[in-house]
Amino acid sequence: MTKPLRTPLYDWHVAHGAQMVDFAGWSMPVKYTGIIEEHQATRAGVGIADISHMGRLRFEGPGAAVFLAELLTRRVGDMELNQVRYSLVTNYEGGILDDVLAGYYRNEYGQPFYVVVVNAANRQKVVDWVHAHLTPERAGRPQHEVIFTDVTHLWAMFAIQGPRAVELLQPLVDVDLKWMRYYRGAQVRILHPSARRQGGIISRTGYSGEDGFELSVGAEIAPAVWKAIFELGEPLGLVPTGIGARDTLRLEAGMPLYSHELSEQIDPFQAGLGFACHLVGYDFPGRDALLDLQQQPPRATRVGIELAGRRIARQGCLILAGEEPIGHVTSGTFSPTLQKPIAMGYVDPSCAQVGTQLLIDIRGRHEPAQVVPLPFYQRKKGKSP
Amino acid sequence: MKPEELRYAKTHEWIHLPPGDQVAVVGLSKFAVEALTDLVHIELPEVGREVTAGEPLGEVESVKAVSDLYSPVDGRIVEVNEALVNSLDLLGKDPFGDGWLVKIEVAAPSALDTLLDYAAYQKQVAEESEE
Repeated sequence: MTKPLRTPLYDWHVAHGAQMVDFAGWSMPVKYTGIIEEHQATRAGVGIADISHMGRLRFEGPGAAVFLAELLTRRVGDMELNQVRYSLVTNYEGGILDDVLAGYYRNEYGQPFYVVVVNAANRQKVVDWVHAHLTPERAGRPQHEVIFTDVTHLWAMFAIQGPRAVELLQPLVDVDLKWMRYYRGAQVRILHPSARRQGGIISRTGYSGEDGFELSVGAEIAPAVWKAIFELGEPLGLVPTGIGARDTLRLEAGMPLYSHELSEQIDPFQAGLGFACHLVGYDFPGRDALLDLQQQPPRATRVGIELAGRRIARQGCLILAGEEPIGHVTSGTFSPTLQKPIAMGYVDPSCAQVGTQLLIDIRGRHEPAQVVPLPFYQRKKGKSP
Repeated sequence: MKPEELRYAKTHEWIHLPPGDQVAVVGLSKFAVEALTDLVHIELPEVGREVTAGEPLGEVESVKAVSDLYSPVDGRIVEVNEALVNSLDLLGKDPFGDGWLVKIEVAAPSALDTLLDYAAYQKQVAEESEE
């Protein structure tokens, strides 16, 4: 096996007692003090996670918008400047290759560029998919040129999540964060000497179910900016959070995770992601299949599940209605907020109604469970715009 | 209980059998507990259950994963730590004392001699920490 990749924050993580694990080919902190503690700190205050393992793909040039519109399931051309949109990449059968965030920005010369954030585990697959569609002929088409760059190793990315995220980050950037809308972003100047006048991209996005931001900065200044955030964060009780808490946070928020809820064998409608598919307009790989799938009778559906007992249903556990297998669990954990085991899984549509009583085979014992609405946790919406 | 005076299974359970006694106390080592952080649930066997060395007698669940608890010896469960079921943090606070798991009536006290002593267990822990 090849040696896991390291983010620019690797040394910091190790020096601060993180337990490092191999995650999607990267050495990442699973936790520092404890998953539950980090989870609760994020819900109550603010937490920061190094997410530099996420793939960042940059598209620019006059043909970039159309190229992306012909690659992603969701429209790109009608995005406003500084808008971020959740989208999917599907194969020709309509199976999900990845779920991504596409952001639309302009560089200092006023030229548009797009940043597509992909899952670490899928980066190579998506890069190959891009290259398969962005032939030299396509990339060089006069007046429709597309420049594609995998900038993953050039940029670090941090997720700063929690109700105090605005307060924490405001002194660090030259835009008014309070008025930044959800799924909007901006190119900012980092107002700290350690940033050496460099800029970054910040967006009001996240994977925790809390208010918060994702901040990208150059890999070289990343450790210094990370430290600057900790200086600002100390009075606010900022804690570093690992991928363990990232998983429990997203699960409570009912957000799907690739290789759990999403795969090439799952189509967007089953996953509850029909909203991310615009089937009229640009033709993208999988569009015809999706138009067809849209007309098909319902298939196994993604649901939220709560268990009556204390044992945790994990990925792969069989779900039964009485004696009959009707689905399987794709993610499960202990919810630190609800203080009980929760899970997501796919079940036969006849069993997908909220309130349906199920059994889950956990290591040979059938544990009672029921279908509950997603998300498991929803933050109280403040007056954020 | 002093860790130095206990015997250990390779699967990280400790056992203490007072000389001349038939009933041993079994727990989980500090090393194992620390590796398992974020514990949320424990399942212990019923009193009276026969257990076999190397076979699961219960499980402990953390946010990330579930782990089996193995019996270090053949015998019969005579008591389980009910206090632990209700406050799992005892396991982290005092793994060699109040965080004990079960008491086992040991079928053959001599079987303890086949388990690791403290020095041998420390060596195993050091090797596992290397990984």
